[in-house]
Amino acid sequence: MSQQGYVAAPPYSQAQPGMGGYQGGFGAGPAQPLYGHYGGPPQAFNAPPTGMMKSPVSSAAGMPPPPVSTHYNPNAQQNGAHPQRFAAPPTVPYSQSQHPLYNNMASPGLPPAQQLTNQMSAMNLGNYAPGPMQSPPPPTSSVTQQPFQTSPPPVMGQPQMPPGPQSPHMSPQMSSPLSPPPTMTMAGPPMGGMGSPFPGPPPPGPGGFQPSGLGPAGPPGFPQQAGQFGGHMAGPQPGMPGAFPGAPAALAGPPQKKLDPDSIPSITQVIEDDKVKHGDEIYSTNIRGQVPPLVTTDFRVQDQGNASPRFMRCTTYSLPCTADLAKQCHVPLASIIKPFANLPANESPLYVVNHGESGPIRCNRCKAYMCPYMQFTDGGRRYQCGFCNCVNEVPAFYFQHLDHMGRRVDFYERPELSLGSYEFVATLDYCKNNKPPNPPAYIFMIDVSYNNIKSGLVRLICDELKTLLEKLPREEGAETPAIKVGFVTYNKILHFYNVKSALAQPQMMVVSDTAEMFVPLLDGFLVNYQDSKAVIHNLLNQIPDMFADSNESETVFAPVIQAGLEAFKAAECSGKLFIFHSSMPTAEAPGKLKNRDDKKLVNTEKEKTLFQPQKGVYEQLSKECVAQGCCVDLFLFPSQYVDLTTMADVPSHTGGSVYKYSNFQMETDGEHFLRDLRKDVQKSIGFDGIMRVRTSTGFRATDFFGAIHMNNTTDVEMAAVDCDKAVTVEFKHDDTLSEETGALVQCALLYTTISGHRRLRIHNLSLNCSSQLSELYKSCETDSLINFFAKSAYRAILNQPLKSVREILVNQTAHMLACYRKNCASPSAASQLILPDAMKVFPVYMNSLMKTAPLVGSTELSTDDRAHQRLSVMGMGVEDTQLLLYPRLIPLHNVDLNSDTPPLPLRCSEERLADSGMFLLENGHFMFLWLGQACPPDLIQSIFNLPSLAHLQGNMCALPELDNPLSRKVGSIVNGLLEKRPNSMKLHIVRQKDKPEMLFRQFLVEDKGLHGGASYMDFLCYVHREIRQLLT
Amino acid sequence: MTTYQEFIQQNEDRDGVRFSWNLWPFSRQDATRLVVPVSCLFTPLKERPNLPPVQYEPVMCSRANCKAVLNPLCQVDFRAKIWACNFCFQRNPFPPSYGGISEVNQPAELMPQFSTIEYIVQRGPPAPLIFLYVVDTCLEEEDLQALKESLQMSLSLLPPNALVGLITFGRMVQVHELSCEGISKSYVFRGTKDLSSKQIQEMLGLTKPAAAVGQQGRPLAPQDAAASCRFLQPVHRVDMNLTDLLGELQRDPWPVPQGKRPLRSTGVALSVAVGLLEGTFPNTGARVMLFIGGPPTQGPGMVVGDELKTPIRSWHDIQKDNARHLKKATKYYEALANRSAVNGHSIDIYACALDQTGLLEMKCLSNLTGGHIVMGDSFNTSLFKQTFQRVFNKDYNGDFRMAFGGVMEVKTSRELKVCGTIGPCVSLNSKGSCVSENEMGIGGTSQWKVCSLDPSTTLGIYFEVVNQHNAPVPQGGRGAIQFVTQYQHSNTQRRIRVTTVARNWADAQSQIQHIESSFDQEAAAVLMARLGVFRAESEEGPDVLRWLDRQLIRLCQKFGQFNKDDPTSFKLSESLSLYPQFMFHLRRSPFLQVFNNSPDESSYYRHHFVRQDLTQSLIMVQPILYAYSFHGPPEPVLLDSSSILPDRILLMDTFFQLVIYHGETIAQWRKAGYQDMPEYENFKQLLQAPLDDAQEILQTRFPMPRYIDTEHGGSQARFLLSKVNPSQTHNNLYAWGQETGAPILTDDVSLQVFMDHLKKLAVSNSV
Repeated sequence: MSQQGYVAAPPYSQAQPGMGGYQGGFGAGPAQPLYGHYGGPPQAFNAPPTGMMKSPVSSAAGMPPPPVSTHYNPNAQQNGAHPQRFAAPPTVPYSQSQHPLYNNMASPGLPPAQQLTNQMSAMNLGNYAPGPMQSPPPPTSSVTQQPFQTSPPPVMGQPQMPPGPQSPHMSPQMSSPLSPPPTMTMAGPPMGGMGSPFPGPPPPGPGGFQPSGLGPAGPPGFPQQAGQFGGHMAGPQPGMPGAFPGAPAALAGPPQKKLDPDSIPSITQVIEDDKVKHGDEIYSTNIRGQVPPLVTTDFRVQDQGNASPRFMRCTTYSLPCTADLAKQCHVPLASIIKPFANLPANESPLYVVNHGESGPIRCNRCKAYMCPYMQFTDGGRRYQCGFCNCVNEVPAFYFQHLDHMGRRVDFYERPELSLGSYEFVATLDYCKNNKPPNPPAYIFMIDVSYNNIKSGLVRLICDELKTLLEKLPREEGAETPAIKVGFVTYNKILHFYNVKSALAQPQMMVVSDTAEMFVPLLDGFLVNYQDSKAVIHNLLNQIPDMFADSNESETVFAPVIQAGLEAFKAAECSGKLFIFHSSMPTAEAPGKLKNRDDKKLVNTEKEKTLFQPQKGVYEQLSKECVAQGCCVDLFLFPSQYVDLTTMADVPSHTGGSVYKYSNFQMETDGEHFLRDLRKDVQKSIGFDGIMRVRTSTGFRATDFFGAIHMNNTTDVEMAAVDCDKAVTVEFKHDDTLSEETGALVQCALLYTTISGHRRLRIHNLSLNCSSQLSELYKSCETDSLINFFAKSAYRAILNQPLKSVREILVNQTAHMLACYRKNCASPSAASQLILPDAMKVFPVYMNSLMKTAPLVGSTELSTDDRAHQRLSVMGMGVEDTQLLLYPRLIPLHNVDLNSDTPPLPLRCSEERLADSGMFLLENGHFMFLWLGQACPPDLIQSIFNLPSLAHLQGNMCALPELDNPLSRKVGSIVNGLLEKRPNSMKLHIVRQKDKPEMLFRQFLVEDKGLHGGASYMDFLCYVHREIRQLLT
Repeated sequence: MTTYQEFIQQNEDRDGVRFSWNLWPFSRQDATRLVVPVSCLFTPLKERPNLPPVQYEPVMCSRANCKAVLNPLCQVDFRAKIWACNFCFQRNPFPPSYGGISEVNQPAELMPQFSTIEYIVQRGPPAPLIFLYVVDTCLEEEDLQALKESLQMSLSLLPPNALVGLITFGRMVQVHELSCEGISKSYVFRGTKDLSSKQIQEMLGLTKPAAAVGQQGRPLAPQDAAASCRFLQPVHRVDMNLTDLLGELQRDPWPVPQGKRPLRSTGVALSVAVGLLEGTFPNTGARVMLFIGGPPTQGPGMVVGDELKTPIRSWHDIQKDNARHLKKATKYYEALANRSAVNGHSIDIYACALDQTGLLEMKCLSNLTGGHIVMGDSFNTSLFKQTFQRVFNKDYNGDFRMAFGGVMEVKTSRELKVCGTIGPCVSLNSKGSCVSENEMGIGGTSQWKVCSLDPSTTLGIYFEVVNQHNAPVPQGGRGAIQFVTQYQHSNTQRRIRVTTVARNWADAQSQIQHIESSFDQEAAAVLMARLGVFRAESEEGPDVLRWLDRQLIRLCQKFGQFNKDDPTSFKLSESLSLYPQFMFHLRRSPFLQVFNNSPDESSYYRHHFVRQDLTQSLIMVQPILYAYSFHGPPEPVLLDSSSILPDRILLMDTFFQLVIYHGETIAQWRKAGYQDMPEYENFKQLLQAPLDDAQEILQTRFPMPRYIDTEHGGSQARFLLSKVNPSQTHNNLYAWGQETGAPILTDDVSLQVFMDHLKKLAVSNSV
């Protein structure tokens, strides 16, 4: 955690002493302080004098372990934050009061330079030393683990008890799989991290790291590192030394020990463990509040009364009984609902229930739908609603006797009584204007301006559509898809096509009146593909030639959406627009945009404006689209800034997706785009949805995140919702929950199927309630938590400076963990970092989240890319955020050719890479094939059919299919991943030390961020420090 | 000496001119006292098979504000090679090319028989003819089909180098691109949005981006446009495409809910058509041909809302000021018509529907631009089909009987000034010395634009004698008028036709008899009728009738012979004898009476009345009635109820209708089928005779009249009964039991009553 490390050997720095140097290496913008992410404003670091002034004091007091705490106490009290720290309502962390806290934390925590340096350099080296530096850790590890073993006996790491289904009391722990002791103690280092540029952090206390860190790694590692990066390193900047007098000192101190990275909790290990544990089991949803397997585990679900975790996941499956408890623990209560999640082939699709003309049976009071939680009484004549407790009459046609258990005799015959998820047939009352809906339509709207013509994109799309349209999604059992298709091309003006089957050739209708868009034709615009196939093919053949000579480079955008919307209005149907757009819409028309990208805003209060869409036309358009059930999918092919924030406004409110292919080139991006397009068109999807989340008394849904639109506080309106879109719902307490009855959630989604049927999809989930926080922590689900945090942080940056958002995140993390430590963990030394088992990898994710582009204030990053990522996360489900925040790093150089299972992923850290290795990294959006410098030629030969690495062309984006086992194996792994992910990914092939490697390194999330952001280890230490502060 | 009749006829044949007076009183005061102004009906393009055009430019008077064309009335000094203008008396040298003239070697324009002469002039490149079809698609399937066929047929009638364009409309307006292969393209406009000409041209991509040349949306020069305008293409190039396109034309696809009219964007469609031509071919002959099957129901120019429960305005509504859209729509179409007229484009309206289509509002489109209006019940009738085909009729030279972009200028001797014109034209606002302050019709100018002319297009031109009462008879003893008509011939040549006429001055004090006998009562009736119709457009019906009556009474007072206060003594000379009768029928005609006619019909009738030549106009005023019977050869009979006899077949021609009426007995015979019996061959021939005559009329008239075959007691007999003079009504059945005609159930006054009143008023001093 030390800054010294960076100062001494910043991998890419100009050796500016202090954190600034690191940034400088990339030649951009203002120095990004390493800990800036934690909310420390730059001033905090720019004020070393203060820090130094205080440090002697603190260090003096801080030397012996017990005083450490006492020392902190006054400190905290100085800030006046202490008493509130645990009790504070969630809003408090967002307040300014935290601000000074950080400052002070940095300064007071200055230990004697000596000790600190030792640790720092050790940690640092461990994290940043490239491959060769790996060698030292092994010897250390055993030593490092020593302290862990001192943890209380009952605290056992999971790995050791594989048979135990769920060790109920495994509270503490960062358990490293290999190290039996589950508790890890870590002291002080975070402070060191903070203080390091200055004289030095305070000693963490004797129980801390010092004993463990005595590995020999330091000294050999250091010079090596320096040497390695020496080329990039300039001397310390002349102006700076004065400001950071501590730096040389730190440099001088030779690292004494190194913390073993393997010893801190590993996501890959957690995933592996869960796979081992749940991999082959059938997960029955018959138990209230049971925590499902991780999203990364393949498991089979048997619906026995609760919705499958594929549809709904919760941040915790045991809600705290009271609002106070909830407030105390800071664990957000949320559910991530993916109503259309794809089910594997071995799980049965949802049953459709028809309650006849009167429509689905619902509670009279709260309108909840008939579900397993309705309690039948009075011999079956009445039922009590599980949500509002209202007693309702059972309609005559629905009457059924009860058996001796009080259960209806037809319990197993009726899905709505026995299953967690099912569908109702909706009656006309549930339809717009009381008319049955028409089948939805897909309109393909192709920008035929100069750029798209030149790049060959238009031809590519047209050619692809000819085959793709054969594969439109269809209702199960339906012979042909009911979906209608329509075609529009446009640049400054729009061209509609009449492709009625009766025509000999298509007709083009040009609408130049972009100010007031309308659809020029009704009949023949939206057609059944099979009927009009000949005309459509004729059209698709002609489009590329028709505009071949076009030199129109201006485009419009809002009118294009408007046109699609009007078409749906005219046809009285819902549907989806596939817009293939190239550039910022600058032509004179509504929704005209101008370049407002301003790198100067980055890291200022106004940065948020970059994420706020331009007001006006698009906002209104979103509303209209949602009202009509018009979903917009945007495929962008920009060559420069296009104000994606604004352009994506409509897609991001209508359940649409935005795909972006910067500087699209046919050779390198063509296939990538086509894969996306195919997936997108074929996705299972529902239209014109309204979702309502009902809960049992005591709590309720208060906030919703997703590609949705809300007109009021309860109805989630979704123009469309596909199998990859999830809505995150936050719950708040109204009242006290009862442990006995638990908590019920019913998510009802009214939607139109792809063949134009109106349906209600119901997902029910029952949760436990507990007045014991330990129960809550036990039932937490890290992946869901991070999904919630990602979405709420990404929404928060619209209104708050990034800095405070990051502060809040760290705070929340610290609070959650501190509360656990305080209330659930067995007493142990304050220096120990004790993590709840269910959340032990939470810090990795959180750290990774804070290093994502939207949350990193770096001028290096394109504004559009940041906006893009921000928006795409908003609609993501748990699997996607998990993968995004912790990419899979798969070693390919030593794959077992005979095994069916892909190689086990490694931790995302540079030190896991090997010079002679080949690694695949993917996060659902990017895919890299990383080739080490020393990749054996035969490996290269068998994968690329090239004699050596040097022969590899820079812009390769696909692997050749070669006839050798390795090539086939790698190919199948790559294709398997592409198949599995909701988005297609472009395969980047990067060689170690090549320039593109930078991009790759961003995804090594355990390392220090390229554009700022701490390494996992640093972060952990920092959080630990925070926790300790909270506890004292 | 030839009679005036012959003189008039000769003049009409040669010059296409009929004057109300063929002797002109030379003082203003006397002229005013004649009641009927000095005026003429002039047919600028009267067909003159014996008039070969000359291939040179006319020689004009060099005085800047005169510019009269050299004519047979000019005095020529052959020796000095000088001619004197007979209008301004300027002496002009002949141009060098006339160096060889002498008494025996005169150019055509100096010969008396060439008082009308036509010049072909070479100015600029020949401009193609342009036909822009604007087609309503809110039609019944059958109608649309028929219309499509007619349009396809018309393509074969166009000259190959003519440019055609197609705009279709319903709820939207589509401008079809014609030159595209593989895919048919059209530009679509919203039917509710009023677009400026510039916007239209931009949206059609007709203007180059302003940045390129900085030309601020200025229309392209015609040559550029021809290359770039994808909407107007030579027939020979797009014949096939367009035929297919028309073939594939569908009814407007937008659903029309119960109780609603289809949404018809006629206003925007026309605006787009006008804008398109304006931007591409200004000042080039073009016809916009609008085909409509109903009233405009949306957007600018809307005539009636789309709710069927609100009926389209009637005269009643208009009188009660209840026609919501009338003023706005009229204003809109007038603006369009004026724009179109400025550019020399004419607009035809072919309206075929059972109900009204908004002709009242749209009439100005045709009236101001010289376009046709054709009104029918359905496009699927021979009336429309034949009429439409007749638009493309050709003359003896194989050229279309249509001309474009005509500019007619009138030059007068000093003693005369021109007051105005009534006809299908607009003023060009050319003020000159011969323009009178006193406006009659479209006045205040000596030049009028007639965007489209055909050989029968006839203008009523009104003059004023401005000589002071005591001034001497002007020099030369006669006044002259020259009509100079420049136009684009249908073979794309630019031509100038010059007609120079002169009439003697007469002294109204001493030569009143001469003046009276020079009266052309037919021409006068039509000219007065035109004035009446022109007034009727802006004034209340009764006022116009009162004005007409007063004029008639004054005329009778002036020229009648009578003893004061003795109606029985009243007599009119031969040259005026028919005039009161014309007026009687005019009063009853649909041009002045709106009863029983819809506003559209009135507009339609008036439209034709103010553009047809004298003969046709007279037929309109007083229909012709022929009788066929076994008693003799077919003969014209009085337009009187007494002519309706049981054993007669009557053929009535009202210009708009051809009615064959079978008398009671004839009808019975026909029903009994005698005509099919060989022994009654003569009956068959009798039945056939009026049909043949009708056929002849049907063949030649434009627009084709409605053909009605009816009989005694038939419902359609009303067409006849409403026209004849109701000499016998239920009120005066003195001849009951005698077969002297058929009583008409009407309270209208008969001609006899009218005349009695007239006499009474004429002989009294009260008026």
